[in-house]
Amino acid sequence: MASVTITNVQKNYGAMNVLSAVDLSIADGEFVVLVGPSGCGKSTLLRMIAGLEEISAGEIRIGERVVNDVAPKDRDIAMVFQSYALYPHMDVASNMGFSLMLRKTAKELVFDRVGAAAKRLGLDVFLQRLPRQLSGGQRQRVAMGRAIVRDPQVFLFDEPLSNLDAKLRVHMRTEIKALHQQLKTTSVYVTHDQVEAMTMADRIVVMHDGVIQQVGTPLDLYDHPANLFVAGFIGSPGMNFLPAVVSRNNTEVEAQLSDGQTIAIDPRLLVEDGERVTIGIRPENIEVGSADTLKAKIQVIEPLGLSTQFYTTLADLQVCIYAMGRTDRKPGDTMNIGIKAGDVHVFNPATGQRIDPAA
Amino acid sequence: MIAGRSRKARILGSIGLYTAVAAYVIFALFPLFWTLKISVTPQSLLYSEGITMWPSSATWENYKTVLRATDFPRYFLNSVIVSVVTAVLVTIIASAAGYALSRFSFRGKTTVAVILLLTQTFPLVMVIPPIYRIMGELGLTNSLTGLIIIYTAFNIAFATFLMQSFFDGIPKDLEEAAMIDGCSRSQALRRVIIPLTLPGMGATLGFVFTAAWSELLFALMLISSDSQKTFAVGLLTFIGKFAVDWGQMMAASVLALIPACLFFGFLQRYLVTGLTAGAVKG
Repeated sequence: MASVTITNVQKNYGAMNVLSAVDLSIADGEFVVLVGPSGCGKSTLLRMIAGLEEISAGEIRIGERVVNDVAPKDRDIAMVFQSYALYPHMDVASNMGFSLMLRKTAKELVFDRVGAAAKRLGLDVFLQRLPRQLSGGQRQRVAMGRAIVRDPQVFLFDEPLSNLDAKLRVHMRTEIKALHQQLKTTSVYVTHDQVEAMTMADRIVVMHDGVIQQVGTPLDLYDHPANLFVAGFIGSPGMNFLPAVVSRNNTEVEAQLSDGQTIAIDPRLLVEDGERVTIGIRPENIEVGSADTLKAKIQVIEPLGLSTQFYTTLADLQVCIYAMGRTDRKPGDTMNIGIKAGDVHVFNPATGQRIDPAA
Repeated sequence: MIAGRSRKARILGSIGLYTAVAAYVIFALFPLFWTLKISVTPQSLLYSEGITMWPSSATWENYKTVLRATDFPRYFLNSVIVSVVTAVLVTIIASAAGYALSRFSFRGKTTVAVILLLTQTFPLVMVIPPIYRIMGELGLTNSLTGLIIIYTAFNIAFATFLMQSFFDGIPKDLEEAAMIDGCSRSQALRRVIIPLTLPGMGATLGFVFTAAWSELLFALMLISSDSQKTFAVGLLTFIGKFAVDWGQMMAASVLALIPACLFFGFLQRYLVTGLTAGAVKG
């Protein structure tokens, strides 16, 4: 096992800048998820760690060793591909033992390690099968098995669950997490699915347009998104954003919406009277039927059994509200909603950066 | 099977399908049957019996004459040498070129591809005079080596595109996975890519073999002595000044089919597609 240190790494394709000055330290044994929309550079970064993409500038270390010019085969890493990339002409056992065989490991040892990994993944009965004779989920496991047999310094995952159906994806998610808790191998996991990121990561790295937006624990990112992008990307249903104008009088600070309704915000925030801001409120932080004065008109109701999602209009903008329990309200109704000052995230609309309270 | 269709409709569908296939097979194989039929018809019955599906008496006489009394075995051997060497050479070169075109980006890649394509666009007849002159200067007329060189050159372009498409069909991920697993690029090529490309190489080998085997134009222009003739040229020796010896010509043709059939019989297992199924998602 080893740490991974990425220092000022850049990637250009000609004049096109795919990654600009990425810095990231991944601790030994940590499970880090790189997340972002497609084209954000997360896969490129992973492939650079793997050695499959050249590094235009900067430095990547695995452990203490600078690996910029080390061939993939000598980096002591294992990678699980989105397509699984199983060797179609080899059976499961050969697929899993291929890397050991290339290292000229003794046959008995290969046999033992493959057997142990297969058992752990429930593949022991499929060892003699060819990949085409397996289901999608089984293939995914073989790809995992091929990685763990090697006992590498670092595991790299490139959207390994994207090709599975929803139910299996949730199941494999848990399995990969459990596996990591046992093996404690440093892992870098790329996904575009923020739920996967939230559920699996020790730390999440949110990327956008080749730039790291924020690095933090899942709940850190959820509770204190650094900017509008992270705020909108993390959480499902996503955060509601409303433009507002700050009005400050003495100790009270309010954000005034375009239709004149006001929401109280944290008075310690560094905002001035008359300043334009964007406020963000998570759907579950909006209280339904409180005595508060805010009024929202219901457009669509989505009953989920345990909870209900309301899509409403507030100050002419769509606002999603997530409430526990069920409702007998109807679309077209107007309902009272309440928002606590502490739950309102405030952003600078020009820069997109979060505005924090004075220290 | 489509649910909801009645048993009767399904049977009728199958009958229709097989009838169509059978009709096509008959259409395609009938000329071959006719060749076979004439090759076993005695000379005396060839013009006297009218059109029949099978002669009233069959004979091996034509085959005996072809094998014993003509230079045909020599032509035959020449054809085998030229075709096999050409097929192997072209497959090796085209595989290497196809792999490069499929996997690497290098300066002049587009130019190379366009030039390869250009060579396929003009009629061969046009280039025969210059080629004849070049080969003459090089002392390669009337030689099998000369034929091999020309056949190789003319088949490489198409074979390269064919091989490129086979390499394109193999996911890049497989190579990358192999490289992460501990292969160098050449090991990945040898252990993962080539085993998966064998059907493509088989197809290319078969294609080039057939092309070289039946080539007439260049062989006719460049070869003059009996000892260097390929069978396609040799077949013409059965056309005399006053008569065509149909029986012997057809017997020779049937014999010429045998190596091609054997060759494809041997290649068949490599031609089975779908070997890459199961590599990636599905």
